[in-house]
Amino acid sequence: MTDIAENGTEAVRGVAVTLNGRVIDAQPGELVINAAERAGVYIPRFCHHPRMQPVGMCRMCIVEIDTGRGPALLPSCMIPVAEGMVVETESPVTRKAQDGVLEFLLVNHPLDCPVCDKGGECPLQDQTVAFGPGESRFVEEKRHHEKPIAISDVVQLDRERCILCDRCTRFAKTVAGDPLISFVNRGNETEVNTFPDHPFASYFSGNTVQICPVGALTATPYRFKARPWDLDQVESTCTSCSVGCRVAVESSSNQLVRYLGVDVDAVNWGWLCDKGRFDFEAVNSENRLARPLARQGDDLVEVSWSDALTKAASALGGAKERHGSSSIAVVGGARLTNEEAYAWSKLARSVLGTDSVDAQMGDGLPSDVVLGLPRATIDETCAAGTVVLLGPDLKEELPILYLRLRDAVVNHGLNVIEISASQTSMTRYAAVSLRYRPGEAAVLVQELFEHAGDVDVQADLGRARALLEANNVVCVLGRPSVAERADSVVQAALRLRSRVPGMRFLSALRRANIHGALDMGLSPGMLPGRVSLEEGREVFTEAWGQLPGSVGLDTAGVLRAAAEGRIQALILVGADPLADFPDRDLARRGVAGAGFVLAVDCFATDSVRQADVVLPAVSYAEKAGTTTNIEGRVSRLHQKVTAPGTTRPDWMIACDLAERLGGDLGFETAEAIWDEIERLAPAHSGLTAQRLASSEGLEGIVAAGPSSILETTMDVTATATLPVDGYSLRLVSTRKLYDNGTLVQQSPSLAPLAPGEVVRANPADLDRLGVASNDRVRVASSRGAVVAPVEADAAVARGTVLLAFNQSGSGAADLIDVSLPVTEVRVETVGIGDREVSG
Amino acid sequence: MAVTDAPKLITARFDQEDAHTLAGYESSGGYTALRKALGSAPDAVLAEVKAANIQGRGGAGFPAGTKWGFLPPDVSPRYLVVNGDESEPGTYKDRLLLERDPHQLIEGVLIASYAIAANQAFIYIRGEMPFAHERVAAALNEAYAAGYIGRDIMGSGWSLDVVLHWGAGAYIVGEETALIESLEGNRGMPRLKPPFFPAVKGLYMQPTIVNNVETLSNVPWIVNNGGAAFAALGTDESAGTRIFALSGHVRRPGVYEVEMGKTTFRDLIEAPVYGGGIRNGRGLKAFIPGGASAPWFYEEHLDLPLSKATVDKAGSMLGSGAVVVMDETTCPVRAALRVVRFFAHESCGKCTPCREGTNWLEKIMHRIEEGTGRADDLDLLLDVSDNLSPGIAWPPRQTTICPLGPSAVSPVASSIRRFRDDYVAHIDQGRCTHD
Amino acid sequence: MGRLNAGNVALAHEIIGRYPRTKSALIPLLHLAQEQDGWVSDEAMVHIAELLDLTPSEVLGTCSFYEMFKREPVGRYLVNVCTSIACMLGGGDELLEHCEKSLGLTPGATTADGLFTLNEVECIAACTEAPCLQVNYRYFHRITNEEVDALFADLRAGGRSGEIPPHGTLTRVRQQVDPQRWDGRGGEGLPEERS
Ligand SMILES: Cc1cc2nc3c(=O)[nH]c(=O)nc-3n(C[C@H](O)[C@H](O)[C@H](O)COP(=O)(O)O)c2cc1C
Ligand code: SF4
Ligand code: FES
Repeated sequence: MTDIAENGTEAVRGVAVTLNGRVIDAQPGELVINAAERAGVYIPRFCHHPRMQPVGMCRMCIVEIDTGRGPALLPSCMIPVAEGMVVETESPVTRKAQDGVLEFLLVNHPLDCPVCDKGGECPLQDQTVAFGPGESRFVEEKRHHEKPIAISDVVQLDRERCILCDRCTRFAKTVAGDPLISFVNRGNETEVNTFPDHPFASYFSGNTVQICPVGALTATPYRFKARPWDLDQVESTCTSCSVGCRVAVESSSNQLVRYLGVDVDAVNWGWLCDKGRFDFEAVNSENRLARPLARQGDDLVEVSWSDALTKAASALGGAKERHGSSSIAVVGGARLTNEEAYAWSKLARSVLGTDSVDAQMGDGLPSDVVLGLPRATIDETCAAGTVVLLGPDLKEELPILYLRLRDAVVNHGLNVIEISASQTSMTRYAAVSLRYRPGEAAVLVQELFEHAGDVDVQADLGRARALLEANNVVCVLGRPSVAERADSVVQAALRLRSRVPGMRFLSALRRANIHGALDMGLSPGMLPGRVSLEEGREVFTEAWGQLPGSVGLDTAGVLRAAAEGRIQALILVGADPLADFPDRDLARRGVAGAGFVLAVDCFATDSVRQADVVLPAVSYAEKAGTTTNIEGRVSRLHQKVTAPGTTRPDWMIACDLAERLGGDLGFETAEAIWDEIERLAPAHSGLTAQRLASSEGLEGIVAAGPSSILETTMDVTATATLPVDGYSLRLVSTRKLYDNGTLVQQSPSLAPLAPGEVVRANPADLDRLGVASNDRVRVASSRGAVVAPVEADAAVARGTVLLAFNQSGSGAADLIDVSLPVTEVRVETVGIGDREVSG
Repeated sequence: MAVTDAPKLITARFDQEDAHTLAGYESSGGYTALRKALGSAPDAVLAEVKAANIQGRGGAGFPAGTKWGFLPPDVSPRYLVVNGDESEPGTYKDRLLLERDPHQLIEGVLIASYAIAANQAFIYIRGEMPFAHERVAAALNEAYAAGYIGRDIMGSGWSLDVVLHWGAGAYIVGEETALIESLEGNRGMPRLKPPFFPAVKGLYMQPTIVNNVETLSNVPWIVNNGGAAFAALGTDESAGTRIFALSGHVRRPGVYEVEMGKTTFRDLIEAPVYGGGIRNGRGLKAFIPGGASAPWFYEEHLDLPLSKATVDKAGSMLGSGAVVVMDETTCPVRAALRVVRFFAHESCGKCTPCREGTNWLEKIMHRIEEGTGRADDLDLLLDVSDNLSPGIAWPPRQTTICPLGPSAVSPVASSIRRFRDDYVAHIDQGRCTHD
Repeated sequence: MGRLNAGNVALAHEIIGRYPRTKSALIPLLHLAQEQDGWVSDEAMVHIAELLDLTPSEVLGTCSFYEMFKREPVGRYLVNVCTSIACMLGGGDELLEHCEKSLGLTPGATTADGLFTLNEVECIAACTEAPCLQVNYRYFHRITNEEVDALFADLRAGGRSGEIPPHGTLTRVRQQVDPQRWDGRGGEGLPEERS
């Protein structure tokens, strides 16, 4: 029902519907239940969920609807409005029918509200109290089931409470794409269940708990932790990865107890991944660093803030004095809020005088690429003509971006071209999936446009080429594997861009607030607001007093310099290079080689244990501020609980250090920092605190920054194909959602979910090498060796070996030499008598 | 009207030993209609079926030609699905058509598919009928080999595949949208119509025609003899002949093809060629005129003709052509319970009122029948019924997606209305008063 | 036992090929598994899930909806006595009672020798032929108590194998399409499902 308005644009004319005797203006295609709600009439419901296709099966929402053939009782969740429709939600017939449905729902419901987690926030309970029959007319035995059964490590199911609304099962199948729970049996015997020994092991399982309209599904980490009326809630942004899902943070007695997804259109639609939902346990952890530590011989001992700061300042000041500012480096910062990152950026540049600052841990992409390419939002990506995926397995690293793209493919026909080294979770949704040999992504892109490639892949290349003709192509760009250098991926992306006019990019870097950190200049050669050191020199020199003279080192450069004795003071701001840097040998030498190590962190990680001074920082939900997601969307974080011990926010620590070093960052509050960002950072100009706090800011506001940097710095020359050795395989190393990282390991519910170290290879390669599936194998590179079980996996491309990064075990990091373009490895069975040695 | 000279359109070969073979079928005029249809345009075939005014024989009685005409033009692929799930208590006709004259159905499928421009058809046969399955499989194999099915049929340039599919025991799968779900490999749970009218969004969300076995078995005759000849049989409103399964307390239970509108229930139950009267000379208590879902009829309905409009108007339906006769000794509570038990057992479980309500009805009926009924149970039964089928009226209103749930109300409401005293006696005396 | 054997896998692929979308082959494949083993084991469902690119949970969801699929072993002969309304009027209850006595079973139970499982079932579309029962879905119309006893005795003695194959075998005549005649255009133009 559209009209061409006078100015030529399409004006949408409303649909006139008579609702309870009043004419309302509904939107074309809108469902009666939603139109009524917008008009202030709430129709009760259980199965309907605004983010899923309606199924109309609970029948709670039936109302009398007359489309001209007389009133009929119809589910308002399934009937779109129509001109002239008459809807009665309060008529005696409607009331009687709805009361009847409610009574039917209660027939087999245990009514155990007093001991149910959902009690107090249960739609069924609310409905019953409001309209329910006073006394049950059902006098027979109710349905009985074993009470609650674990359907996964984090979700429990009480089938007696279940009202069979199909929300969880529908979510699992249609939203998550993990149909691991189903209706089982029929009719009155129907129940929700898993297949024996195939648990609901979905990264998204926690959403089912949130959308269950009764207390049938409960989360193990929350069960019996609190009663709804004891909960305090604040809205915030999840920082478990960089998608930036909106979340409601809930606490009880100053303890985080639950996160709920908040529905915002632009980002997460109300969904969360299980890591994001349950890693609040890490914030509550007893292992949090609560007081400053300083080295005494082999030990780190508790000291006062004053002592720790004095000690740190004197080491930093000494290094600067004796060896110059370039002997100081700051690594890390992705954990920080934008304000904190800015404070550290300012501290490093203006007080310490160094440009060797890097929030990336050698596992990302050059910051000028991330910041300089023209951007697309998640919505724009989902609505693109074609999307090229050139990055990691999204389900593992950016789970909600995966859900959004999956939805775009399945429900809206989005065409995806996947360019990857092995199959990923997106492969089954991709229109074309192209494999490249690790290190040779750019070569594949070249072939794509030059009609080369062998016959087998010709057709795929042709289809991909055709899809790239679409208007509006977006590339989701990240680091597919840390076992190959970033260059080839960058070149592949740039070459694509040179062939596909107008191509835009969505970053797929995963780490928390990495985009905020980069935006705030935590990258060598970059200043806040996405400007280079040179571009911003004038403005920032004036504002900050001084800037380093030349571009500093990135993390790899810092570690190399430190290993060579050229770094006198290394500051780790929430960074754990020993675990996260791809090349552990270099990380070890670097951390050991730095004259003095200052660590600012929440936990005593491997790297923190090597530090000389440790300053404890406050963590998520203990501080307010802003964060920036993959799109450049700035949204707000809120404080919910107080931090343990004497921990301080990172921005304050930066100020404290500055002061001890005789400088002054000039900040009394985090808000003051934001004001300075808004004033100085070009990309953030106009993004005032007021706007962010307004309703416009509810789903965050995208910072629209300059994108001119790239042109000047990147060159697009081809990489020659690397020589191949017939016996070696190329290593692919990517992250799994659950890994050995701090957040997961400090969350008792999540830690056991890390899959552990397994080598995966194509069955044909294993055959050729005479290795059997489940053998223990030794994987050796020029750098070192790893011993782990091997599994044959046809999803792994021939000629490659897959070893997830940062799982328990010796780890892929022991194999990778970041100075080499790819990591070539040999795989052999470890004989019975062989010692399992590495190195 | 003369009960003896009813024409046999679709049961004509029931007595022919070899009718199920290709040779037997061809020898009695088989596949001539297909040849004739392929010689004319699909639209002309459709027009013939429309002219025949044949109502669907699956239960709802919707005119087949009109239904075929609902297909949106230019949307392909489109499918024909044959509903051979026959499971409603009392209903027994499709199985016979499948077992005894499979080629007649196949020919009907071919012609219908041609008329609606489908290139694939599915014959969904109830799982518990392996013999029917075998007969149809053999017939399909023969028909493929003879070139009646497959690529470029009889040189027409039109091709069709017919896939034999079978169920696995679920009455609800007879409902057309549940049948489609089942054919897609899913749980047989109905879809809401609208938006999921099969002709628009059916199998794989493509336009789909679902027809009953008997409906399609009529198509060869219609093409051979013309739609007008078919429409000339029966009445204006109920054309042609129909197969009725007559069961229960009659002398000669059986399956009879009768002319619509001309034959009455009394003829069917009493005529010597049909039921031959109530067994043992007893009186009639009640009869179900159109399958388990239909409200019951009594003595006073015997002279109604077997015509859709009349029976609808009298407050019940011809449904699936199943007439179940209960003599005067029948305990109405027990009989009604047996029907309710069926629906409770067969509810797919999707809609709350049906899943919980049918079961609740069964439980209440059960305790009354057992002798542990309570004084207010009758009111409860009626109120629960009212919550399944508001107003307990005919045609039924429903709080559910499909009519299965409300179907359970028919026996309850019918029996309470007519035999309230029996219920009260059960409750008062704490036992079945008919034992 | 369990996974489909090589012959059945080949047959499964042929069946899958008939449908525009693979999941449509699910019920036929479950029948195939039941034909192989007499019941549908978890291993069979896992195997079918692999063949159809489904999760075992999806297979179970469908399998458990349908009465005929037995997820636990049943007797070699499944005796289904109809007691639905038409048969009830025609002596179904009495027939069931006789079967209970003759087999020494209550409905739902299986004889110790694993030969018979007795079931009370809803309408089997033989309403005019009451009382009636099915043994492995082969019909026995208007059967008398004497005939019931004789039937069970024959089956116990290993007779009637031509007439009544063991539980699981439904059809002994399968649809077979000669590739020459096969048109195979049922899915042409069907929007791709990327579930
Ligand atoms: C609960 C229920 C069960 C049904 N069972 C059958 C059946 O077994 N066979 C059948 O042909 N139609 C059955 N129908 C009717 C079908 O939905 C559909 O109307 C019919 O197959 C259309 O074919 P027709 O137009 O040729 O009658 C059933 C309907 C309902 C609501
Ligand atoms: S009315 Fe009953 S059988 Fe029909 S869809 Fe609803 S639950 Fe299923
Ligand atoms: S909310 Fe509409 S039927 Fe459940």
